[in-house]
Amino acid sequence: MTTLPLYAQLINLLAAVLLLLSFAMLAQRRVWSLISLFAAQGLALSVSTAIVAYGTRQPHLYWSAGLTLVLKVMLLPWLLRRLIRQLDVKWDVEGLINIPTTMLIGIVLVVFSFNLALPIAQLASTVTRATLGIAMASVMLSCLMMITRRKAIPQVVGFLSMENGLFFAATSATYGMPMVVELGIALDVLVGMLILGVFFFQIREQFDSLDLKHMEKLKEGE
Amino acid sequence: MTLAGFFSQLLQLAIALLLAPLLVGWVNQCRAWLSNRSAPSLLLPYHMIRKLFMKDAVVAEHASPIFRITPYIVFGAMCCAAAIVPSLATDLPFASAADAIALVGLFALARVFSALAAMDIGTAFGTLGARREMFIGFLAEPALLMVLFTASLITGSTSLPTIVDTIAHREFAIYPSLAFAGVAFTMVSLAENARIPVDNPATHLELTMIHEAMILEYSARHLALIEWASALKLFNYSCIGLAVFFPFGIAVGASNWLAILGAAPALIVKLAIGGFFLALIETLSAKLRIFRAPEFLGTAFLLAVLAMLVNLLLGS
Repeated sequence: MTTLPLYAQLINLLAAVLLLLSFAMLAQRRVWSLISLFAAQGLALSVSTAIVAYGTRQPHLYWSAGLTLVLKVMLLPWLLRRLIRQLDVKWDVEGLINIPTTMLIGIVLVVFSFNLALPIAQLASTVTRATLGIAMASVMLSCLMMITRRKAIPQVVGFLSMENGLFFAATSATYGMPMVVELGIALDVLVGMLILGVFFFQIREQFDSLDLKHMEKLKEGE
Repeated sequence: MTLAGFFSQLLQLAIALLLAPLLVGWVNQCRAWLSNRSAPSLLLPYHMIRKLFMKDAVVAEHASPIFRITPYIVFGAMCCAAAIVPSLATDLPFASAADAIALVGLFALARVFSALAAMDIGTAFGTLGARREMFIGFLAEPALLMVLFTASLITGSTSLPTIVDTIAHREFAIYPSLAFAGVAFTMVSLAENARIPVDNPATHLELTMIHEAMILEYSARHLALIEWASALKLFNYSCIGLAVFFPFGIAVGASNWLAILGAAPALIVKLAIGGFFLALIETLSAKLRIFRAPEFLGTAFLLAVLAMLVNLLLGS
């Protein structure tokens, strides 16, 4: 068995941590801890990008790592926390989700995306290609989180964490996207977050709750 | 079979039998210190076992033979397991008799017989304990098997001594899968040994008991054997964990007498540290409601499966 260089081992470790954090987010009931997990995921992503940059001598990846650190570890969690404080939903607990079942579905998704990633990973020539499966799995898990959650804020966190997964996939398959694209996505996510923040207030004003099941009704006064 | 192998086998069994109550005493002492109580004597479990052996046994009127033979079966299964698990050396002649999967089977045998004996008497608490024990057991076993499969995948063998040999000999590399499997194994061990997040070993409240409720009807030598067997179970689980995840100091390969003797202090130090961490976990966590146990063990199972998947994908 050939031993990988140390930096590749570290990337593998961080990829595994990323997957673990995705599962932790899937199982987390409290909104406040969910945001801490999201920040931790961003941190793992940023560190792993920095290690890829160091290991493969791609200086532009340092920029993406820094961008991730500022945006996803500091700015977005801060924005989300401020929103939660303003909406006064800090102790919001999501009820009625069967966590063990969700986890089992999550495992099936992981197996599926690992299988899906294998042929793609063989085409890639990067040292980090093995982690592509993990990146796809975390995209799938975030998607699952958006489906199973009923409150608005966890859904938005799921959306943001999906972007984390996509970013990780780009890093592992092709050593990151061009800088312009990356900046564009970062701005998109930020603006999206701000607009969704406004939406939260609108939703609550309309329905007196952030539970999105009220939005399934098409007409008022049914 | 070499003479050294025979010697290491005998020494290991003797050490397991002798040290198991000490480990329980140590964990109890650490728990007492951590919760700011004055600690009981380290040798208390030995005194307990001796006292129980000297008493006369009382058996319920309608007890069937199953009730009488269960303590011997449970104790025998734990002794067998202690002979298979490589705690001192990996050169164990007896270990080729059973691999990691059979080891899980041995634990299951002990569990099934204690549950049968608990239901045999027909008291409400016995049946309640037996049901809960099987409930925990059927959730914990797959997780334990997955942990052992992960170790088997990395080393290419299901025989515990070979697994430990390979892991102890490999070059240093970071194995995320082993880290996940280690956490999963810790969670399973807590559940299987009736430790705090799942069961409270020191409880006197019948409604929350699991393991204790099953053995309420036992007395004297039967109870002594069962207590000794549960100490051995804790010892075995600690040794599996230490051997697979921290195999430092174990005499590997066809070893000589000196290496085997030298492995004993290393084992004792590792067990002392492991016991302290067990006490720490128990002090820091609260007992879960029984219907939260599936969530706890489901997480353990999830971690073990993730470990295996990550190992398959990353090859590390």
